[in-house]
Amino acid sequence: MKNHWVSFQDYPFGKKRPDLIKTLTGKSWDDITLTAVLNGAVTDQDIRISPDTLLLQAKIAELAGRKRLADNFRRAAELCHVPDDKVMEIYNALRPFRRTREELEAMADELERDYAVLNANLVREAAAAYEKRGFLKNPPPAA
Amino acid sequence: MKKRSKRYEFFETLEVNKDTFLHEIPEIGLLTTQSPSDPRPSLKIVDGRVVEMDGKPLEDFDLIDRFIADYSLDLEIAEEAMALGSLEFARRIVDINVPRSEIVKYAGGMTPAKIVEVVSHLNPVEMMMAVQKMRTRRTPANQAHVCNKKDDPALLAAEAATAALVGFAELETTIGVSRHAFSNALGILIGSQIGRPGTLTQCSCEEALELSIGMRGFTTYAETLSVYGTEKVFQDGDDLPWSKMFLGSAYLSRGLKNRFTSGSGSEVLMGGGEGKSMQYLEARCLALVRGSGTQGVQNGGIDCTPINSALPGGQLSVMAENLIAMLWDLECASGNDTPWSGSPTREVAHMLPWIVTGTDFIHSGFGATTASDNMFSGSGFNIENLDEEIALQRDFKIDCGLKSVAEEEVIAVRSKAAKAMQTLCEVLDFPRYTDEQIEKVIYAHSSDDIDRDLNDNIRMSQEILKRHLTIVDVIKALAEAGETEIAETLLNMVKQRMAGDYLQTSGIYDHNLQCISAINDANDYAGPGSGYRVSEDRWAEIKGIRQAKSFDDFTASQRWDGASSVGLRLTLKEVGPASKGTGLDEVVVGISPAFAQDLNKTLAGLYVGDVLYELLAGIEEEGCVSRVVRIENSTDLGMIGLKAAKLSGSGIAIGLQSKGTTIIHQKDLPPLDNLELFPMGPLLTLETYRKIGRNASLYAKGQQPPTIPTIWGQSILQIRARAEPIVVMLQQIEEKNIHKDKDCAELEVKFIPLEENEK
Repeated sequence: MKNHWVSFQDYPFGKKRPDLIKTLTGKSWDDITLTAVLNGAVTDQDIRISPDTLLLQAKIAELAGRKRLADNFRRAAELCHVPDDKVMEIYNALRPFRRTREELEAMADELERDYAVLNANLVREAAAAYEKRGFLKNPPPAA
Repeated sequence: MKKRSKRYEFFETLEVNKDTFLHEIPEIGLLTTQSPSDPRPSLKIVDGRVVEMDGKPLEDFDLIDRFIADYSLDLEIAEEAMALGSLEFARRIVDINVPRSEIVKYAGGMTPAKIVEVVSHLNPVEMMMAVQKMRTRRTPANQAHVCNKKDDPALLAAEAATAALVGFAELETTIGVSRHAFSNALGILIGSQIGRPGTLTQCSCEEALELSIGMRGFTTYAETLSVYGTEKVFQDGDDLPWSKMFLGSAYLSRGLKNRFTSGSGSEVLMGGGEGKSMQYLEARCLALVRGSGTQGVQNGGIDCTPINSALPGGQLSVMAENLIAMLWDLECASGNDTPWSGSPTREVAHMLPWIVTGTDFIHSGFGATTASDNMFSGSGFNIENLDEEIALQRDFKIDCGLKSVAEEEVIAVRSKAAKAMQTLCEVLDFPRYTDEQIEKVIYAHSSDDIDRDLNDNIRMSQEILKRHLTIVDVIKALAEAGETEIAETLLNMVKQRMAGDYLQTSGIYDHNLQCISAINDANDYAGPGSGYRVSEDRWAEIKGIRQAKSFDDFTASQRWDGASSVGLRLTLKEVGPASKGTGLDEVVVGISPAFAQDLNKTLAGLYVGDVLYELLAGIEEEGCVSRVVRIENSTDLGMIGLKAAKLSGSGIAIGLQSKGTTIIHQKDLPPLDNLELFPMGPLLTLETYRKIGRNASLYAKGQQPPTIPTIWGQSILQIRARAEPIVVMLQQIEEKNIHKDKDCAELEVKFIPLEENEK
């Protein structure tokens, strides 16, 4: 992970350090102009927040003593490149009685393969907790 | 049937007595605090792992206990924090010498039962002191609901523009029909950025739909991620702490601010209170919010506020739950939305603590439309109350984030917003608005004033969905149609999502599109002279409500123009110093210095000429002769009456001030005594003046006149409240007309019929 040397002096980035901001597709702050939109040079993906920016915000949250919010920013950073549908799928999978322990583990493995380690851990922790309290989907009866 | 007391029969008609009041039922958790089943605070940590929390061993942990133990508690400080005396810590919370950061540090190591025990030591005033210090952002703000029952996007845009202009930092819409979600979200987004760039918006609907609207760029935040304090009720809501935690990160990953929603009473309402107090379960909810890493929460009763209002200590408990959120360093949108009571007094008492202290969002949502258009099943405060809250800011020198705006300004932004939606519908080939429909939207008070076909709204939302339109398409379409300014504004907001600054705790945008949050606007309250203070500029804005009148406004509205409602123009001609009369049948009327000069209306709104006419008519009806003098050197009613009486042949006179207050005086009485006094200028009618004239005549003839009845009652007290400040103005004008070197002037009085066109 990149080391971000930022402090409260840089915040808010949009005002003070737009040079640090790259969008999800690598566009810079100044690339996003009305002219570019009119030319069709800006898509909806081009204006999305990037993992790096979320990690900068994580750093700021951490400096403010908000460890949990910082962790949330870090999990979010991992999810930037996860497609919308997949995000919705994971959310639904974590709702009560949706998945078996094995299905959740498989989902966690897949997340880990896609470098979403923190989210993978979260899914595994959920799976363990759900199993203990009976919130998993019952596995299909053995044939 | 027992004989009824009329008093108690009357009591039954009062709004407060139509409210529901319940005795507590601890067994089902119908009580605000201190249920016999609430656990005692405890925490045991072995090898860095929680093995017992709030009296429950690890093996008995439910999902919520486990989540709190694993994610919420700061284990590094927990043992020290739990060992602190709750009363001692409560005292530190209100101690201005203990910094906020220290409170946050220890509170982070406290279990739900511990934090509940801590706040149980605070009374309402201490809670207010605590909130003043503990809320995360220094500058208070406010949030509004913007909806309409027709889900009309142009009206939503116009109303959002209005609400943003007034100063609400966040606007929240919801939908009558879920198919409208996209067009509703788009409506308030466009309107909000026209009213005030930087205003944040959300569209409250089903979780998955709401996220997808956000992903398209049509919203900037979400807050209806509900959490519950028992496993059973959480599951009934078809969610679990881990799914909610993930959803929070999902929002952040798309640059969307989010906060969770809790609020005490939901568990007992859903039959799952487990015998625990509502506040204890709410503390568990807040621990979940903290553990999930979400920056903030909306709580303070919320939908279940009416349950709190039915129970003893309900208000105190709702205050406490807001405070717990702040102790755990969460942004707090502090409720004050769901109607609390049918009694206006109870309603205002409910919000008063937080409008005085300020919170991150005082209302989470104030209805910025008519109550009838508020699709969040109403708010306790709606557009009908907006001027009241703005007046309260001025009364207490407090900041609810609002400002008074002139009618022309509102019409201007509504026009811009509605026309932008009209343009957008044209260029994106949605069902169109006619110019007449847009005109109605601009000038509407509620959705009853507009008449677009509802099916057009459904078609619009479906088109957005079907064509996969995003905010980029909208910006492009507006720019291509020549709406460059609006397109730029929307693009600027999009760029804020790229930066994510407002994802930090309590992030909002100020009037200069500057993000302020608990990072760069952290609450630094440390006693008088610190923390948020109303600045000089802001005070000028708060003071300058549109209804406030200056002395010049007043002078201009009062200048004598001979107006009459009975068709007779008074002319008064000074004919030299007044002499003493000799006729025993003479009644003198003494008028005040500015009468029919710089003052032309009484406090009751009567033209002074008409009042004088009635007095003289009354005097002459009873057979006396009238004469009018102006007292040049006194504005005091007693002196005016007495001076006139000393000039009167009968020794009887009427003193009359321009504001309408009247006295019947007699020459040998002391100035402050009188025969009859009519001090309530706002209540005197022309009929009363005629009766006063008659009575003066009867005194002159040595007879005992009848009593003139005075009207009295609640509405009259209001009239008096409104009149008293005006008296100050009128008195100033009277004083300006004083001629110290003169005494009494003899006046020649004429009443000339007005021409038709003058009436």
